[in-house]
Amino acid sequence: MAIEEILFWFFAVAAVAGGLGVVLHPNPIKSALFLVMTFFALAGEYILLMGHFVAIVHIAVYAGAIMVLFLFVIMLLNVPEETRQGGVWGAMRYVALGLFVFLSFQLSYFGFQDFFGDKQQLVKETEIGTVESIGMSLFSEYVLPFEIASILLITAMVGAIYLSKSKLIIEESKKKKAVEKEDH
Amino acid sequence: MGTLSIPLHYFLILAAVLFGLGVIGVITRRNAIVIFMSIELMLNAVNLTFVAFSNYLNNVEGHIFVFMVMVVAAAEVAVGLAIIVAIFRLRETVHVDDIRLLKW
Repeated sequence: MAIEEILFWFFAVAAVAGGLGVVLHPNPIKSALFLVMTFFALAGEYILLMGHFVAIVHIAVYAGAIMVLFLFVIMLLNVPEETRQGGVWGAMRYVALGLFVFLSFQLSYFGFQDFFGDKQQLVKETEIGTVESIGMSLFSEYVLPFEIASILLITAMVGAIYLSKSKLIIEESKKKKAVEKEDH
Repeated sequence: MGTLSIPLHYFLILAAVLFGLGVIGVITRRNAIVIFMSIELMLNAVNLTFVAFSNYLNNVEGHIFVFMVMVVAAAEVAVGLAIIVAIFRLRETVHVDDIRLLKW
């Protein structure tokens, strides 16, 4: 077994274990930490696929920014551990498991066997994933989507700041309740 | 240009498994923050598929698309977590079964 294959299996097991941890662990903080593990393992897979730029951006954006935001919010809200659900949601677990088996089998077996045929397609050593190649196409052919992405980010930023202004939300809801009481 | 000794469909199967785990999370978990994390897991599975097919087709567009997915994911998380914080302030819960004002 070549070293690339060993690395693939190492990262794949880490990614799936992390994913299982996210889904199954009742404590949201530990779920978030399992998700960080999955992100690092996926960055390793991107490097095996020759996507250097994507791997680095993935660590910087997901593990660096998004997960810090998640952990901040979880610790800010002091979210309790999730208790096991009974009733409809207890039964939903088995539906989800069936769906998972069906989806994974469908996607990985039927779809890709037809797609690749009998021959095994191996990962190629290419230069397309380097920072230079992606930078070249991002600033020439895809410069308009790139600029529109900046508008999307600034919109999201303004929206997040507006939504998290505490006085606004609480005062408005109190005002509404007062108005409703006067009406009655 | 040589090849590495990893079959490409290994990556696609891994992505399918991770996507399925994300679906399980969204369906079974009732904590809004964990549901968000499961959505992130699904987005990452799709990103892995994009990069794998980009390698197969020798085309840079897959990587550009992954970049755009990351932008959308970052925007989504920022706004979504702000909404969750706002809901928590009003109702003292992030349990999605308790938040059903718009549900019949």
